Amino acid sequence: MSKQPIGDPAPIDGSIPSESLRMFTTSERGFSAYVHVPFCTVRCGYCDFNTYTATELRGFSRTDWAGAIIKEIEFSNEVLFSTQNGFDADELSKSGTDVGNEWQHPLQSVFFGGGTPSLIPAADIAKVISTLARTFGLEPEAEVTLEANPDTVSAEYLQTLVTAGVNRISIGMQSAVPHVLATLDRTHNPENVRIAVDLAKATGLETSVDLIYGAPGESLGDWKQTVQEAIALETNHISAYALIVEEGTKLHRQIRRGEFQPPSDDLQAEMYEYLDAELTQAGFSWYEISNWAKTPKHRSKHNIAYWQGDDWWGYGPGAHSHIAGVRWWNVKHPAAWSERLSNNLSPALQREVLSEEQIYEEGLLLRSRLIDGLELADIKPEAHPAVSELVSEGLLTKEIISEKAQTGEKETTGERLVLTLTGRLLADTVILRLLT
Amino acid sequence: MTPKAQQIQKPAATNPKDIRNFCIIAHIDHGKSTLADRMLQLTGVVGDRQMRAQYLDRMDIERERGITIKSQAVRMPWEVDGNSYALNMIDTPGHVDFTYEVSRSLAACEGAILLVDAAQGIEAQTLANLYLAIENDLVIIPVLNKIDLPSADPEKYANEIAKLIGCSPDDVMRVSGKTGLGVEDLLDKVVELVPPPKGDPEAPARAMIFDSVYDSYRGVVTYVRMIDGSLKPRQRVQMMSTKATHELLEIGVVSPEPIPSEGLGVGEVGYLITGVKDVRQSKVGDTVTSAQKPASEPLAGYTDPKPMVFSGLYPIDASDFAELRESLDKLKLSDASLQYEPETSAALGFGFRCGFLGLLHLEIITERLSREFGLDLIATAPSVVYRVETEDGKTLVVTNPSEYPDQKVRAVYEPIVKTAILLPKEYVGSVMELCQSRRGVMEGMDYLSEDRVELRYQMPLGEIVFDFFDQLKSKTQGYASLDYEPAGEQAADLVKVDILLQAQKVDAFSAVVHRDKAYSYGVMMAERLRKLIPRQQFEVPIQAAIGSRIIARETISAMRKDVLAKCYGGDISRKRKLLEKQKEGKKRMKMVGRVEVPQEAFIAALSGDIEEKK
Repeated sequence: MSKQPIGDPAPIDGSIPSESLRMFTTSERGFSAYVHVPFCTVRCGYCDFNTYTATELRGFSRTDWAGAIIKEIEFSNEVLFSTQNGFDADELSKSGTDVGNEWQHPLQSVFFGGGTPSLIPAADIAKVISTLARTFGLEPEAEVTLEANPDTVSAEYLQTLVTAGVNRISIGMQSAVPHVLATLDRTHNPENVRIAVDLAKATGLETSVDLIYGAPGESLGDWKQTVQEAIALETNHISAYALIVEEGTKLHRQIRRGEFQPPSDDLQAEMYEYLDAELTQAGFSWYEISNWAKTPKHRSKHNIAYWQGDDWWGYGPGAHSHIAGVRWWNVKHPAAWSERLSNNLSPALQREVLSEEQIYEEGLLLRSRLIDGLELADIKPEAHPAVSELVSEGLLTKEIISEKAQTGEKETTGERLVLTLTGRLLADTVILRLLT
Repeated sequence: MTPKAQQIQKPAATNPKDIRNFCIIAHIDHGKSTLADRMLQLTGVVGDRQMRAQYLDRMDIERERGITIKSQAVRMPWEVDGNSYALNMIDTPGHVDFTYEVSRSLAACEGAILLVDAAQGIEAQTLANLYLAIENDLVIIPVLNKIDLPSADPEKYANEIAKLIGCSPDDVMRVSGKTGLGVEDLLDKVVELVPPPKGDPEAPARAMIFDSVYDSYRGVVTYVRMIDGSLKPRQRVQMMSTKATHELLEIGVVSPEPIPSEGLGVGEVGYLITGVKDVRQSKVGDTVTSAQKPASEPLAGYTDPKPMVFSGLYPIDASDFAELRESLDKLKLSDASLQYEPETSAALGFGFRCGFLGLLHLEIITERLSREFGLDLIATAPSVVYRVETEDGKTLVVTNPSEYPDQKVRAVYEPIVKTAILLPKEYVGSVMELCQSRRGVMEGMDYLSEDRVELRYQMPLGEIVFDFFDQLKSKTQGYASLDYEPAGEQAADLVKVDILLQAQKVDAFSAVVHRDKAYSYGVMMAERLRKLIPRQQFEVPIQAAIGSRIIARETISAMRKDVLAKCYGGDISRKRKLLEKQKEGKKRMKMVGRVEVPQEAFIAALSGDIEEKK
């Protein structure tokens, strides 16, 4: 959700090329919803996400948010399922696809991200979830996650969320060390993390904590303390991100002015290695470069959807969407976004219709981040020598795939390439070498 | 009303007593071209409306940089006391690298306007050219330009000039090329003071070539000054240095466009077209004579241009090599002093070792290659010509440091130059220090005025080509000017420093330096490269060595992390675009062994333009 890329102008009616729409409608790929909450009480110094404090909102208020999101859900339903938008019901029924009221791709996941979603009253979250469920349906095992600031959750709030259908919570812990939190401008009380996690678990929510490492001034010792405290919380899922200093943030300016040293790649690498070893020891396994879970069923379905190229609609100002090779992103300011929806216009600012080459490259880029890695058969033959080199240099490992295909009878075999620990840290090098 | 000649003297039929040949000696930016423009306008050879700023500087680079690379000659009518004159203004190149061309332009004149910016005073090149003009017995007309500027200090600089040429400060004219103030008086003064040319109209023809320009439509246009005799169209002429004969397809004067004439007589200045396609067939300084009735002696002063500075030019994209060759072939048609031959570098691939008159010449050529021919080039660090005597008594001429022998040598000789540096007196200390650090030997120091000093040093040219001019400018806040001329060679204690990446020699970085400086050069280069070469998957040692002895070492530690930790829905497009950019960047990498070195690192390491890598 950081700085917007540059794309082509997006059509004002939100229409999607008919070929993509057809692929979306007929594919087996999962479908997800991202819902953006563009509010924070303060802006953290490292954050370049599309979020606004009360004073920055101008003609838009938090109470307008749920109504506008619901408008965008209705708008998305029009775009994806109106016959005027290139969707030919007759043709689809001829091809054996069932259309009509029984939508065969109900949502596999919903994710409320921010910003600070926990600033939204639980009742508004409930309205959004029920609109999504009514419009698209939810899979029985659908994952519904909400990001929360540890200071903003209460037992009552969490209970209402669960009633509304939320079943997973991601708590922004970032660090256990006060001076690191101060550098990051995080205002929460570190002790509240434990309270929030315990409350969430007691309410029956799947719970994850988010960590950030490599902040200016953070020592390896500081990080070890954070990691140990995070493990002690006994969640089933942990995400940890090396701090990225984005242009335009306060932290970027502070570094430019020499107030802080920029994060060191070497130290961040050391921190990553420590983290991975400790989490493994504590019973976690990595399943994506920055994500660890205790068992496969605790992995985040929503995030995996991004990495395996599923379809999703991103609701809210600045949110990104992906439908069958078309990516677009909404206008950033909440007032402008909501204004467009009020006029029944698409809130999309720009989009990209990906070429086959781009889809291939993006596929490698995203799937390589996952524990399941890349199937050799999916890598173009001209990159196979690079694969062998990367294996011999210890950046990739080769695994034999041997599993029953879904049809049951035939056993498919092949080779799969997975990043090693060194490879995970040098994933950009790996991808670049596979593509050049 | 602008005074224009009522009657125009006809070429080939002009009495030498009515001819005045003069040039303008000036520093870059001192307004020579603007003054020339004003003269063209006042004499009526260019209409006011067709006046294009700085008409005479034809090449874009010249106009942008305000310098004249190629001289031209313009014939202008002027009337004084009812008598009509033909004034030939010969525009001289204004830079140190083109001393020889300047000397030939001066040899075509009887007088010179010494043009000095009234806000800046005289500069080193102007001084050098002034001395050259005085040696050639030219009448000097001192002029202060830009007197309309608020910062002008004509009193001060008139005194300075008066002291230099031994006249009275009152004799120094004051003009503004921009407003035209004083320019008519100046033209009158030219008629009054510059002597008419002398020559024998009956003698066999002798015309001195003072410029030779390639024109893609007409072939080579040769500018000449008739010394003796005359030349006519359709006549066969002979180039005295090569004895080659050509037919004069066209002969004429420039005013300011070429106008064919019935010929050129004694003292006249004009152009010849013979149909030759290469300026090397019509060389500056050569004498043109009649093929039927050749002169027995050529005019004095002809020499072949000798390159002083060498650099390897390599296309960044190896597939541009053929295009580089074609482009050089084309440039050579208009530049007799450009030399080149193919060479191969292990680090840079296929390119050309090129010889230039000097640093500006190098810069002009590389800029023209990039601008006119669209080539992306790497130029290796400029080198001079070393003469090496080996232990077994052989002599090698080395223009490329990587070819400098590795084994012990008996002696090595480097070219030296005499330099003149003009600067405000407050910088004398730091400039003397700079010159001494560059092995300069002081030969003299003079005060031009109360606060301006001329320093004279003898220095190895190799020290000047390496960053000296930039250093000089930065030590004097841009106030110093520099001129140098070849002064032979000297034996020196020189060694070759090689740079190794992962134990592999990178030929493009080899340099021949004085033994006392080898260590600091090695340390500097190794440090530069450490800053410029991105970290690789493995550790990369960078070493500087003399032969097999390592004198400096730096290490680029192995890269441990490059992955972007976060890659969610909203990051994907941006991340893919970044990847696309990285892919492009990778294409511009040169492999040295297993080490990927970005082109930019080569360019920056060789130019000294360092920005810490990300």
